[in-house]
Amino acid sequence: MSVTLDAKIPSGPLADKWDKHKFDMKLVNPSNKRKYKVIIVGSGLAGGAAAATLAELGYAVECFCYQDSPRRAHSIAAQGGINASKNYQNDGDSVFRLFYDTVKGGDFRSREANVYRLSQVSENIIDQCVAQGVPFAREYSGYLGNRSFGGAQVSRTFYARGQTGQQLLLGAYQALSRQIELGRVRMHTRAEMLDVIIVNGHAKGIVVRNLVSGKTSTHMADAVVLGTGGYANVFYLSTNAKGCNVTAAFRAYKRGAAFANPCYTQIHPTCIPASGHYQSKLTLMSESLRNDGRVWVPKSKNDNRPALHIEEHERDYFLERKYPSFGNLAPRDISSRSAKEACDDGRGVGKTGLGVYLDFADAIKRLGEDTIRERYGNLFHMYEKITGENPYKMPMRIFPAPHYTMGGLWVDYNLMSNVPGLYVIGEANFSDHGANRLGASALMQGLADGYFVLPYTIADYLARIKPGEAGDSPPEAKAAEKEADKQTKRLLAVKGKTTVDEFHRRLGKIMWDYCGMARNAAGLKRALGEIPELRERFWEDVNVLGSDKELNQALERAGRVADFLEFAEVMCHDALERNESCGGHFREEYQTEDGEALRDDQNFTHVSAWEYQGVGAKPLLHKEPLVYENVKLATRSYK
Amino acid sequence: MNLTLHVWRQKSADLGGEMVRYDAKDISPDMSFLEMLDVVNEGLDQKGEEPIAFDHDCREGICGMCSLTINGIPHGPDRGTTVCQLHMRRFKDGDSIHIEPWRAKAFPVIKDLIVDRTAFDNIIRAGGYISASTGGVPDANAILIPKKNADDAMDAAACIGCGACVAACPNASAMLFVAAKVSHLALLPQGAVEAGTRVKKMISKMDEEGFGACTNHFECEAACPKEISVKFIGKMNREFLKASVKK
Repeated sequence: MSVTLDAKIPSGPLADKWDKHKFDMKLVNPSNKRKYKVIIVGSGLAGGAAAATLAELGYAVECFCYQDSPRRAHSIAAQGGINASKNYQNDGDSVFRLFYDTVKGGDFRSREANVYRLSQVSENIIDQCVAQGVPFAREYSGYLGNRSFGGAQVSRTFYARGQTGQQLLLGAYQALSRQIELGRVRMHTRAEMLDVIIVNGHAKGIVVRNLVSGKTSTHMADAVVLGTGGYANVFYLSTNAKGCNVTAAFRAYKRGAAFANPCYTQIHPTCIPASGHYQSKLTLMSESLRNDGRVWVPKSKNDNRPALHIEEHERDYFLERKYPSFGNLAPRDISSRSAKEACDDGRGVGKTGLGVYLDFADAIKRLGEDTIRERYGNLFHMYEKITGENPYKMPMRIFPAPHYTMGGLWVDYNLMSNVPGLYVIGEANFSDHGANRLGASALMQGLADGYFVLPYTIADYLARIKPGEAGDSPPEAKAAEKEADKQTKRLLAVKGKTTVDEFHRRLGKIMWDYCGMARNAAGLKRALGEIPELRERFWEDVNVLGSDKELNQALERAGRVADFLEFAEVMCHDALERNESCGGHFREEYQTEDGEALRDDQNFTHVSAWEYQGVGAKPLLHKEPLVYENVKLATRSYK
Repeated sequence: MNLTLHVWRQKSADLGGEMVRYDAKDISPDMSFLEMLDVVNEGLDQKGEEPIAFDHDCREGICGMCSLTINGIPHGPDRGTTVCQLHMRRFKDGDSIHIEPWRAKAFPVIKDLIVDRTAFDNIIRAGGYISASTGGVPDANAILIPKKNADDAMDAAACIGCGACVAACPNASAMLFVAAKVSHLALLPQGAVEAGTRVKKMISKMDEEGFGACTNHFECEAACPKEISVKFIGKMNREFLKASVKK
């Protein structure tokens, strides 16, 4: 399959594109909808919302998730909130402002038309969630409350305590549950997708392994939707759930779907630092903490005194110093990199030296401990649980951690990949956040794709095909199933000495060192040498006990790590190819005199979409130029 | 520190299980409980013994996947804490720790420490939602909700569906879980319309799934990692009574 990237952006003025497109797209006759089957992989905000909505519309839906219930998808962990351009606060927000902020926040590497649509439908999302019973924060008047979040200068973030993702996911889960009960969605839990089945160039089904019985099976449909999340676990340590993986997206990539901008990864500034080798994941604390916390390190190197013994004049409030107008609320990429610079400079805090302080002493003095407890009580509690330190009495220690991936499978304006019939939604696609995602925008995008975009655009595809075209078990399905089984058997046959987690840790270290917060050509080349070596060792020495006929968690992990070991190379190729710094991609060779990211708009105002060429072979680069008609490319300044 | 673990091992749903003893050596007090199990598992792996299977995912206390009974207490000794957020500094060198799965008829063991909680999903499917299809809903501020109701609804909605309430209850009752969802939705004007049918359907499904009845032990509240109050069981009982007398 040769890759052609046609973004299919509708013509006409920006503000009219989506409305015009909705009218131009074909509809499926209501009485025919039930004849079309749609497979949705993943049950998070994007997948869950899409499954519920498509079923409500009358399509036959099959939904798959690896967890024991669709309610546990990792969208649940989002804390801070969800943006919408409601302008309820009358502070100057608008669809265009949210659009502009998102394009600028993405460092001018996202598609204008997609982002504008996202901003438009953001308002519908809030309406929908309230109707579902999402208990958003309210004022005493009974109106919805808002807060300013993640560096926005308007208050457009809706939130449900520190559990916004949970409440939004439960809304989608409940809508999905209703459709399951009505028999319109067949839900498959503890089920992992291992391959996409392509028939005559169209995605027509998937291969799935039942994680309890171990059996693989094939499922055929008229279209396949991936809402399988991001790949931050390539770093081993990230804020993602342990089960988050790239497998579904990567297997689609191996079947011909282009992978776009894999080097755009977001490192979140406010996470709890790692404490030892056994560390299994990193815990994020909502960056709303930065609304009241002040970030600092000692001015002098290797200052090991306890925080409270360091006098005011000996402290460097580096974000306030470097970015006076945004201060502690500078965007995620900038805040993370500044923390790294301070630590590289030998001024990091804590046992490992990999941490900076987030200090609430001033806020407690100003507002009282009760107010701070009301605002952040659950986060302070969590911090104390994990570290054993009381953040009311001494500053928190924080350090950046991989959190979100802006890159993902390439999709057009309709959210369809370059493989016809294969749709990609939510974090799994690449489309809306450019090179850096703003806070409270992930929930917005997941739900936008699931509730309000895909249900329209998929009809335009389905209306052009006959239902059930590929049949129940075409030879392509059998072949794909056989291949998946072969891979499983191969993992079990190695019988080596090293655990899966140990390989994952080693891969994570390579990626963190050479393709993490700051990258350079020499390091990336080194990584491109080390990853294939590690992969080779994996296939010679990995130890996976048990069988494929039962619940086998080591086998599940082994399959995912095997894919990460291939995917990591694609990431490094992308990072090496992009000779500029933008958003979450910081190449040390490309920076201004005062250390800020230096974009190269002349040569890199494009999406890099990679086409698979075989294991270990350099993938083929395709470029989709990004055209800016409505915003002027500017240097992103938060000073 | 060094610990002795007694862990429930069960090969599959249809085979019996037993407690097996393991040594956990050189455990750091900064580890989470699950990280301690990871270390034990890596050791087993090295020795060619099959690792202990347990459910976990987000490891930050919100997904509700982790589900261990530690020394008889679901999620272990800390109040308001899932087992993934429990840290080893809570234990002493030389301690013996008993680790078992949730014990309830409605939650059959799948393997080792993993149980099947589909019964909870079935209860939600029976009515734990507001029937608002996508699109065609009013503006989010069109219906005002008193802050107190919104806050109370949020208190109830914080449930993570882990099942500790069931595991802690001597009757293996799911009353707190059901009450949390019934109350969350009934407290909101959007959910009040279906409140009567919802509570009846959910309670009847709960009984059908094999959960026991509530006899006011309130162990559920003590075990709940989100500290959901048993007052919601009272709220559910009122909703149920209202719905039952209404024709």
